[in-house]
Amino acid sequence: MSIEHRDDTGDRFGMWLFLYTEVILFSGLFILYAVSLYKFPEQFGEASHKLNIYFGTINTLVLLTSSLTIALALSAIRMGRNKQSLVLCLTTIGLALLFLINKYFEWSAEIGHGIYPGSAQLAAMGPGITTFFNLYYFTAGLHGLHVLIGASLIGVVAVLTARGRVSAERCGLLENSALYWHLVDLVWIFLFPLYYLIL
Amino acid sequence: MSEQQHEPVPYRTFILTWLALLILTTITVVVSRIELGALNIWAALAIASLKSSLVIFVFMHLKQESKLFRVCLLVMLVILAIFIGLTFFDVLYR
Amino acid sequence: MNEATPRYGGFFAESPRPGILGWLLSTDHKRIGIMYLACITSMFIVGVCLGLAIRLELIAPGPTIMGAQTYNATFTVHGVIMIFLFIIPSIPAAFGNLLLPIMIGARDVSFPKLNLLSWYFYISGAILAVIAIFSGGGAPDTGWTFYVPFSTQTTTNVNLAVTAAFMLGFSSILTGINFVTTIHRLRAEGMHWGRLPLFVWTLYATAWIQVLATPMLGITLVLVLLERLFGAGLFDAARGGDPILFQHLFWIYSHPAVYIMILPGMGVISEVIPTFARKPLFGYWAMALSSLAIAFAGSLVWAHHMYASGMSDMAIMIFSLLTFLVAIPSAIKVFNWVSTLYKGSIQLAPPMLFALSFIFLFSIGGLGGLALGAAASNLHLHDTTFVVGHFHYTMFGGTGFAFFAALHYWLPKFTGRMYDHKPAVIAWALLFVGFNITYMSMQAVGIQGMPRRYYDYLPEFHTLNRVSTIGSWILAVGLIVMFVNLWRGIRGGRRVGNNPWGATTLEWQVPSPPPMENFGAQDPVVTKGPYDFKGVVADEY
Repeated sequence: MSIEHRDDTGDRFGMWLFLYTEVILFSGLFILYAVSLYKFPEQFGEASHKLNIYFGTINTLVLLTSSLTIALALSAIRMGRNKQSLVLCLTTIGLALLFLINKYFEWSAEIGHGIYPGSAQLAAMGPGITTFFNLYYFTAGLHGLHVLIGASLIGVVAVLTARGRVSAERCGLLENSALYWHLVDLVWIFLFPLYYLIL
Repeated sequence: MSEQQHEPVPYRTFILTWLALLILTTITVVVSRIELGALNIWAALAIASLKSSLVIFVFMHLKQESKLFRVCLLVMLVILAIFIGLTFFDVLYR
Repeated sequence: MNEATPRYGGFFAESPRPGILGWLLSTDHKRIGIMYLACITSMFIVGVCLGLAIRLELIAPGPTIMGAQTYNATFTVHGVIMIFLFIIPSIPAAFGNLLLPIMIGARDVSFPKLNLLSWYFYISGAILAVIAIFSGGGAPDTGWTFYVPFSTQTTTNVNLAVTAAFMLGFSSILTGINFVTTIHRLRAEGMHWGRLPLFVWTLYATAWIQVLATPMLGITLVLVLLERLFGAGLFDAARGGDPILFQHLFWIYSHPAVYIMILPGMGVISEVIPTFARKPLFGYWAMALSSLAIAFAGSLVWAHHMYASGMSDMAIMIFSLLTFLVAIPSAIKVFNWVSTLYKGSIQLAPPMLFALSFIFLFSIGGLGGLALGAAASNLHLHDTTFVVGHFHYTMFGGTGFAFFAALHYWLPKFTGRMYDHKPAVIAWALLFVGFNITYMSMQAVGIQGMPRRYYDYLPEFHTLNRVSTIGSWILAVGLIVMFVNLWRGIRGGRRVGNNPWGATTLEWQVPSPPPMENFGAQDPVVTKGPYDFKGVVADEY
């Protein structure tokens, strides 16, 4: 047996471990959120109302759909439907870009109103609202970075699929990129209600 | 060490799960507009956990993986709970 | 030098690529292990020089060789280098990489390319740390703990330093992912969990901590960076933040980090003692499971660093109780090592001397840890040099000495050459004596009230400080003798066969140095336990 031998289960196992590190990374921000919510319950509600619930909900639906498309892409490649898999990968990337474009408009509006980390206007709204928006921007910002990374990974997969280097026999890269993408979705599943839906 | 590839999951399973996720999202938004006091946050977390379970077990194929994968997920969640919980032993009693 | 016979055989001589690229682009775990070992040892020496500078400054009250700002920078950089560039990677990244696959009967780790990447993350962290010292606002002066608010306000190179630490953390995470997966997936036929050497068990437990705790350091460092860039006020009480939360996030990683540091060291001791007592390790499953228990319990106790921070009394009591629990599995290990010695045929070879002194020094450190873990005594000892003495007993007397034991035990295996034993023993004696003089004085003067990280001190602390500094010079001489002796051994020592020590684990069944792919054409099949001495004979050298 040589070192070149593949271990697809081991590859997936390693990817899951990496995803756990991502969960713990985000958990630091969620711990700060939880403590601050406990300290400033009303102000968090007030701040939450300043966020645009429509942008938030649409982005949630966009990400959930992108999770669907990448999951379908994996099934497609396993069934030998390479072209369909490629289309589904590109759709996922398209939805990711839609998410980021929404975010761009959403944040442009807020920053235009003087709401961003370190702004005097934000500080003037009081400690509770300041903390809310600091954590919101840093968490959503870190999440957006992961959207970019995930979309890039899927882009690489798409190129390799087009070249025939990703196929039913060798789909580990797609599998693991899909896992990463689902994590990006999972973070948003928690981020959305905690920031956008507080009463 | 030849590995069996997992059988491809039919499209239907994923689409049904996706529809469930859309429904749960709707529920989350609706419930969040009802004044429940402290219960609001727990309701939101409960629904988010349910959505996550669907993504993890169906989309991420954890249902098809070996027991080891599920045990490791549990280990991570326990450690996460400890980090959050023990921090609150400080914050709640200041 | 005869061209036909290379200085080292095995994996040194066989390579898909010639020259330096054969090392820098190698995905072979042994070459990566050697590269880690070289870099880690270099960083250790840099860290030692900084430590000697600190002690030289403290030989007398008032300024001696440096100003106060330089002193703050010196102890900060000493800590950052020693912790992130030496101790944390020392045994897992260097010796773990060299040994793990061979010990479980595998050809390499699960992710060889990721392994090489982890080394490059290490190197990038090292380079950034060096740049942070010599550029811009100057070396960071916050202490290695980067506490807010000072770390977000100081004009020194904190941005670069935390980025360096982030890179090093990522290196650690990748190593952890690799080792957990490797141990689950690549064990040879017959190598079931009950036959794993204890070193592998400790690497496994360590790898889990690396995976689950290090990301918390990652986010903490990112938050410091974001604070410095945006001035958002995350940890500013006036703007709704909480500086104590920084400490929680920081120590949630940094306490488990000390178990990343000590567990592999304990694993080394568990290999050395059976070999030089020629007896199986006492209580195999207790040792294996206590490794996992230490990893788990160590994740519950972080706020014992925070009794004086202003956190709640409830938290103080809970964390104090939990801290006592983590002593139990550590004590089990100490009892079992001593029990292994009972009725053993003991040889005081150099690795054994370091292993035995590990038990003594780590126990002192551990007992001091109980004094610190108890909330009442902690309030007197917090931020005194007693704490500094405590963690040097555990990290230096513990992990450091275990690292030296590992060098003396496994360098002959990986270079095929044996060093001279007599200077090794002399070096050990100098190290042991110098260590205790340096750090016992530190603990004593700490109990008397001398604060840590202070540039100046009251005249009544002068004598013990002077003694401590003289101890550090004895330590330094010991280190020089040790490293020079090992270097000469590596370069021109007597050649050894497969098993110079008469040990039982798999690495001693293959040539010294091992060939590429570790084992011959056939994958190994394991039929014996890891400490079965029946029929094992040491090769003469």
